[in-house]
Amino acid sequence: MVQATAMQAAVHRAALFDFLLGMGDNTLILGHRLSEWCGHAPALEEDIALANTALDLIGQTQLWLGLAGEVEGRGRSADDLAYLRDARDFRNLLLTERPNGEYGRTLMRQFLFDAWHFLFLKGLRVSSEPRIAGIAEKASKEVAYHLERSRDLVIRLGDGTAESHARLQEALDDLWPYTGEMFVSEAHDLALAAAGVAPGAESLKADWEALAAETLRAATLEKPEDRYMHGGGKRGLHTEHLGYVLAEMQFLQRAYPGASW
Amino acid sequence: MYAQMVKTDASRVKSPDDMDSQERAFQERIDAGQKIEPKEWMPEGYRKTLIRQISQHAHSEIVGQLPEGNWITRAPTLERKAILLAKVQDEAGHGLYLYCAAETLGVSRDALYEQLHSGKAKYSSIFNYPTLSWADIGAIGWLVDGAAIMNQVPLQRCSYGPYSRAMIRICKEESFHQRQGYDILIKMMKGTPAQKAMVQDALNRWWWPSLMMFGPSDDASVHSVQSMAWKIKQNSNDELRQKFVDQTVPQAEYLGLAVPDPDLKWNEEKGGYDFGEPDWNEFFEVIAGNGPCNAERLGARRTAWEDGAWFRDGLTAHAEKAARRAQPGAAE
Repeated sequence: MVQATAMQAAVHRAALFDFLLGMGDNTLILGHRLSEWCGHAPALEEDIALANTALDLIGQTQLWLGLAGEVEGRGRSADDLAYLRDARDFRNLLLTERPNGEYGRTLMRQFLFDAWHFLFLKGLRVSSEPRIAGIAEKASKEVAYHLERSRDLVIRLGDGTAESHARLQEALDDLWPYTGEMFVSEAHDLALAAAGVAPGAESLKADWEALAAETLRAATLEKPEDRYMHGGGKRGLHTEHLGYVLAEMQFLQRAYPGASW
Repeated sequence: MYAQMVKTDASRVKSPDDMDSQERAFQERIDAGQKIEPKEWMPEGYRKTLIRQISQHAHSEIVGQLPEGNWITRAPTLERKAILLAKVQDEAGHGLYLYCAAETLGVSRDALYEQLHSGKAKYSSIFNYPTLSWADIGAIGWLVDGAAIMNQVPLQRCSYGPYSRAMIRICKEESFHQRQGYDILIKMMKGTPAQKAMVQDALNRWWWPSLMMFGPSDDASVHSVQSMAWKIKQNSNDELRQKFVDQTVPQAEYLGLAVPDPDLKWNEEKGGYDFGEPDWNEFFEVIAGNGPCNAERLGARRTAWEDGAWFRDGLTAHAEKAARRAQPGAAE
């Protein structure tokens, strides 16, 4: 019996670690993508907003990966986890690693992610793990603003000129197949949902779809047909793009092993 | 900072006898230390000089995002990345206040962008140098923001109210920027030999361009004398450069770095350092658009603007639709 409990604890810890990596990797990779825009956005206000959003996401990364390192218990810091893992060990959603493309695509990716992120954090605020609830509480305030901003821009540009409408529709069509992954539970998700640590991935689908539908309607955009959905990010199976993100992001830590910065 | 060689349209500085009564009253207010506010009368030359200076400063802030942005995606730790993002965000914010300050003088932000993109308006020469290593991010904070503070502290007392107030706010943030740069270098100088070499290399490359930021000697310049009479400018370029060298050399020594100037020597008599002349030919080439990164920096800004036209047009179109819908009796 004692043995069974110890094993359960180990399984729980492994599930928790995977889950926390997923949270931190989402914010890390999307924050990286947004910071690629620095100085190149279509308006000065957008440069400011993107840097601000990226800054929030990197701050959240420090919290999620910091806690992941503690849960793992092998002495790895948030920086070790961000800078010294290879792509197969990353747990982010594929959506977050999609290349920026033109600005409409960056905005659409942000809206699709923000809507999920907002709802997921809302669920995490009542997590049975108080430290997760605490991080979610703090991050929720930031993400509520991210969502307000990306949703508003999607509506305004969707219902703007014929060109802005066409660009947003194209971005939506291209990114849609990367949204399904948000609502598919991996083994660790199921274990944590059962323990009341995190909402089940599937449980957010209806609310997310309602939020997306309402926004797309206001934006005069057409929701793409549901078709094949990509997946694998949460299991460490990524697109080719992630390797390049990591090659750039991890350059100094890899080129000068052991140096402090 | 970031305004170098701002012209005033003056061929000579007027004496009180040459001024009409309105100009004389204006000059008396300036001499009495009063601030000039947007809707008040001002000589056309004063207005134009301020627009040139403020817009050059604003352009420098936004072009300045590019060399630092070059390392955000490669920042070595999450904390360094967050700090650099915050800094670059501040700089874009400074650009925004400054464009707003320029707008109070009757020129639109779009018109100022047009001048930047056409090459008519300048931005600081320093941002045409490349950031080649992480130590360059430290050097920019330490030297470039350090030189900026040297220039901007006196501008807080500028006679034009909106510019003066913008500078007060900006200076607070610049001090944080300088500290973060110096902190990057302190950490690296406590590190491995490769890190130390990186820092020395950064100082070797950034030292002279930083001294050039103050512009060439302007003691004989009518523009400078006129700007000082209007209290737009408070100190000569040489005075500020001397202050910068005197402040920075001990900091370099503290870090354990060698300043790359064989003529650098403490002069007991003047209570400051003697130092060599920057290569002013290089400076004029950079100002003329021939520096190492001019084409890339300006090209990036133009591309951002042109590629973003659909975005700005889309927002404008939406605002017009929304305004029409809001009209009483509007049919949808």
